[in-house]
Amino acid sequence: MKLTLKIWRQKNSESKGQMVSYEIDNISPDMSFLEMLDVLNARLILEDDDPISFDHDCREGICGSCSLFINGQAHGPDRRITTCQLHMRKFKDGDTIYVEPFRAKAFPVIKDLVIDRSAFDRIQHSGGYISVNTSGNTQDANSIPINKEDADNAFDAATCIGCGACVATCKNSSAMLFVGAKISQYSLLPQGKTEASRRVLNMVNQMDLEGFGNCSNTGACEVECPKGISLDNIARMNRELLKASLKK
Amino acid sequence: MPKKKLTYSLNYRRPKSEYSPDDELTICIRYYHKCNQTKKTKIIKKSTGVRCMLKDWNSDWHKNSDRSPVKSSDPFHKKKNNILKKKVKDFDIQHLYSNVENESSSNYLKSNLPKGSIDLKWTNHKNTINLVSPANKRNIDIIVVGTGLAGGSACATLAELGYNVKAFCFQDSPRRAHSIAAQGGINAAKNYQGDGDSVYRLFYDTVKGGDYRSREENVYRLAEVSANIIDQCVAQGVPFARDYGGLLDNRSFGGVLVSRTFYAKGQTGQQLLLGAYSAMNRQIARGKIKMYNRHEMLDVVIVDGKARGIITRNLINGELERHSAHAVVLATGGYGNVFYLSTNAMGSNVTAAWKAHRRGAFFANPCFTQIHPTCIPVSGDHQSKLTLMSESLRNDGRIWVPKKLEDVNAIRNGSKKPTEISEEDRDYFLERRYPAFGNLVPRDVASRAAKERCDAGFGVNKTGEAVYLDFASSILRYGKEQARIKGEDENNNELIKKFGKEIIRKKYGNLFQMYEKIVDQNPYETPMMIYPAVHYTMGGIWVDYNLMTTIPGLYAIGEANFSDHGANRLGASALMQGLADGYFVLPYTIGDYLSDEISTGPIANDTKEFMLAEKEARDKLDMLVNNKGTKSVDYFHKRLGKIMWNKCGMARNKKDLQSAIAEISKLRKEFWSEVKVPGSQFEFNEELAKAGRVADFLELGELFAKDALNREESCGGHFREEYQTKEGEATRKKEFQFVSAWEYVGEPKNAILHKEKLDYKNIEVKERSYK
Amino acid sequence: MSNNVLVLIFVLQLNIMKNFLLSSIGKKVAMALSAIFLMIFLLQHFLINITSVFSEDIFNMLSHFMGTNFLVQFILQPILIAGVIFHFVMGFVLEIQNRRATKYEYQKTRGGANSTWMSRNMIWSGLVILSFLILHFIDFWIPEMEYKYIDFMPDDPNRYHHELVEKFQDPLKVFFYCFSFILLSLHLLHGFSSSLKSMGTNKAYTSSVKTLGYIYSIGLPAGFCFIAIFHYLTH
Repeated sequence: MKLTLKIWRQKNSESKGQMVSYEIDNISPDMSFLEMLDVLNARLILEDDDPISFDHDCREGICGSCSLFINGQAHGPDRRITTCQLHMRKFKDGDTIYVEPFRAKAFPVIKDLVIDRSAFDRIQHSGGYISVNTSGNTQDANSIPINKEDADNAFDAATCIGCGACVATCKNSSAMLFVGAKISQYSLLPQGKTEASRRVLNMVNQMDLEGFGNCSNTGACEVECPKGISLDNIARMNRELLKASLKK
Repeated sequence: MPKKKLTYSLNYRRPKSEYSPDDELTICIRYYHKCNQTKKTKIIKKSTGVRCMLKDWNSDWHKNSDRSPVKSSDPFHKKKNNILKKKVKDFDIQHLYSNVENESSSNYLKSNLPKGSIDLKWTNHKNTINLVSPANKRNIDIIVVGTGLAGGSACATLAELGYNVKAFCFQDSPRRAHSIAAQGGINAAKNYQGDGDSVYRLFYDTVKGGDYRSREENVYRLAEVSANIIDQCVAQGVPFARDYGGLLDNRSFGGVLVSRTFYAKGQTGQQLLLGAYSAMNRQIARGKIKMYNRHEMLDVVIVDGKARGIITRNLINGELERHSAHAVVLATGGYGNVFYLSTNAMGSNVTAAWKAHRRGAFFANPCFTQIHPTCIPVSGDHQSKLTLMSESLRNDGRIWVPKKLEDVNAIRNGSKKPTEISEEDRDYFLERRYPAFGNLVPRDVASRAAKERCDAGFGVNKTGEAVYLDFASSILRYGKEQARIKGEDENNNELIKKFGKEIIRKKYGNLFQMYEKIVDQNPYETPMMIYPAVHYTMGGIWVDYNLMTTIPGLYAIGEANFSDHGANRLGASALMQGLADGYFVLPYTIGDYLSDEISTGPIANDTKEFMLAEKEARDKLDMLVNNKGTKSVDYFHKRLGKIMWNKCGMARNKKDLQSAIAEISKLRKEFWSEVKVPGSQFEFNEELAKAGRVADFLELGELFAKDALNREESCGGHFREEYQTKEGEATRKKEFQFVSAWEYVGEPKNAILHKEKLDYKNIEVKERSYK
Repeated sequence: MSNNVLVLIFVLQLNIMKNFLLSSIGKKVAMALSAIFLMIFLLQHFLINITSVFSEDIFNMLSHFMGTNFLVQFILQPILIAGVIFHFVMGFVLEIQNRRATKYEYQKTRGGANSTWMSRNMIWSGLVILSFLILHFIDFWIPEMEYKYIDFMPDDPNRYHHELVEKFQDPLKVFFYCFSFILLSLHLLHGFSSSLKSMGTNKAYTSSVKTLGYIYSIGLPAGFCFIAIFHYLTH
């Protein structure tokens, strides 16, 4: 396959970036998208050019490191996958592919396609946990039965990989799917209910401080989420916040 | 090896004064060995076979420029001197040293095993070790490198106990550590299913699964605390799978006889890691953990024989930083990426562990590597990593290759489809070789059998490195069952297939989807192709019962240490070990060491040791950046991977291992002269980070091969072709029932072996048979 | 004493509500509440207007009641106006905030791949509706206010139907009226379910609520258009 790549290049967080065009040939359809970038980088290195920086680690769709906005979509044209699971067979010979970093005010670019998602970490610091010490002397794991449906819903919410595709794809750069998923996971489990109010108030507050936008329920995040986290979780967060505000 | 440690001497057998100048004596080579742990120096002598008269002996040989010990008055002085020089050049410390070690291994490796019967050892140990009072914990800093299951859980617990923790990870968030990719589950001796599980049984299975190469006491402790892990995780909000009664569900795993594996669909590792991450977050919010993301550890700093800090590189701006603490914990995972292609994450590396090894931590059993049988095969040279398909697939999939070579060729050139090959032309080689366990033999056995078939030319993909994993018969079996339950026609093939596929989809849907995305074939219709891949490394830094390495104050936990899995790890045990070490073992055992540090006060990070370590790290980076070579880092990594896979992979032999050592050594030299790293030090530079990691892999690989060469037996993941039965099964040897702990002395191939003998008092050492 | 406590609690409550309303989700909820209020008003408006099609008398009677009832005129009407203004102002505030959060533009986007046009363009459909409302005010409401409260014209309970019909004689006006209602329909197609989601109900996903949403967001504007066209064609 022969392709034209238009890739966002930016030296560092201060500099102004731009799209740069690259021609690349001999791409096998069996390559993953990131392997295609590896091939390009190998060439750039030998040509004394600066290779393209991008985040990646596990390359099996679970660590949430990879984060490209490909041809106008977070994680590219395929559904329910991350960029590292996207394969070149999804493109045609001669295609022009736009590759941009995930964009949001809260996700500044570090270099090229690498972004800083520490805002997500800070939201988690503000309440994404259950306050229990790891003494090993908690009660027996089976002492509180949990309704299977709740357990399954909590699991579905907990599968979030924190990649930020929801923010990147949202026209408002809203992080509510991410935050909603975490709040949902804990609010559905009896262990998490004790401090549910405090958690939702703090996490939403931190989310606002980080400069994420507001949700207007377009549902784009749900569609682009590689793990298929449901919009239900945002509704549940809204409900939890209402409840917490009234209770306080 | 530092040759300056070698000297010539004459082998006097009586006091010097009793000799006359015409007496002839043998010339020896002396080696002074200083042990890092004991700080004692030993002198090792080796005869060279060269003799000379006392009058011809030049006792000031080291002052001469040509360093010749035999004076020219000796008629054969040239020949003798040449022999001596060659002997020095080829001097094999290892060979000599193994004799010394056999007599006194305990001098070097103090395992600190507690006394008493095995079920009371951990309790007794906890009762007797020293503790640090809460008021003093506030004044003690601990560095934890790595934030996976082991590191994350250790950070959280240490901070809860009151220590000041500094945590480091090279990823952009602790949540991205590679523990997240574990699929199957976590073992715990809860016996919720009432099927006869117990702490002893878990202990027994783990030791036996590890082919009797793990330390009994550590494994028993692991089994003991396993139940606490589940309690803890549930309290933290980890959403384990539950049944309709609301209680926790279990599955069976890896050929053991009970159901003790807790799971969260195929994402158990993710859920457990996020649990540890959440516990960390709580402490970060309290200010007890200071988190350093995108920081890579480049060296450990030793002050007065104790680990006192680390040198890190900030991966965003490239700055080197000096961090000091009272103790350093390494939780940096395994080194499977030495094979280039593995199921490890792209960033997984050995740098932290290797740097600790270079500073005096012994590296144990580096050759014990687990090769997982069910991974998606390599599709071409561009491949950057391999994807694992959960072991659970072997419950329903049957593994086969064609019986006839012409069928193989027809499949490879596309003229035949696997579904067109009739039952009698298929070779279900696992079922054929291991009728009792069939497709459910342990990982090492299954991997080797697949390799054997592919080596014989029966591999079914383009590169000849794949076998089939076929679900067709399971689909039919389940379909018939369903048809019977639903009262439908049992002979309607279409209907049966539909029902069968539904059942398979429910059990393995996400795995099948993953396969389809990567390979672009529908595994419901055509058999999957799989091939073994490097997955986990049982070897690691040597630690004692307290998880402390041979450097005081330096600890290693999780996959980074060697202690619990022996020569082969059972499924669902890696998560168990990581969390056990981090939540329940290290936080208590570290107190034993830190109780002596309560009056030390803050550790300065501007002492000469720190400055020196920083300079060394800086020089190395400078060298890499300024080396205007012609080949990329990946070029060397790929070549190293090829050597490792072909010569130190699933089956090893003496000749290949010897050549591997030579090749890796050569490749390393080439790396340092030919590598090209673009960009500068002081910027985000992934190539530079990669180059540093590959440089360390190039050293580790050599030690790996040396360890494999030294271990003249087959056990677990280590299979030596010379040591097998007629049927091709592993032959374990009693005399190798020890841990190989390697001490760094320069070139990895010259590393010195220390043996820790393994005694099994609570378990009978038996033959592993799966026939 | 107990009074003081009550006052304190009240002040605290106010403070909390203030914090709530300042949070992102609070604004969403406020937006949704005002939307739901406006949707109820719209339904009521429609139910009255539709009577003009089949009965002049009923329409006149209802209009007269609405136009003269004290409660409607001096309590509900100001609330309604406040609701409309709030909904618009809040819409703009949120739009500005959200634009600030995005800050950087993508070179290439494919919004259609994952969301509906309506959901991405609420601000534009909203702006058209706003301009329509201004026209509507100029057309109906201001003359009405002038008639009643400035000119103090005599109370004529039968003038409404006639006035209504007169307004729909200009084809351009009917066209713009219909165009606005198409956009209102689009606005509602997203707004109906969105407001329920913002209020935190998962019911927004059940098929019955979805169907109700479609009926409301397509049926209601279509009904308004029908009234306009009906009067244009029949008179």
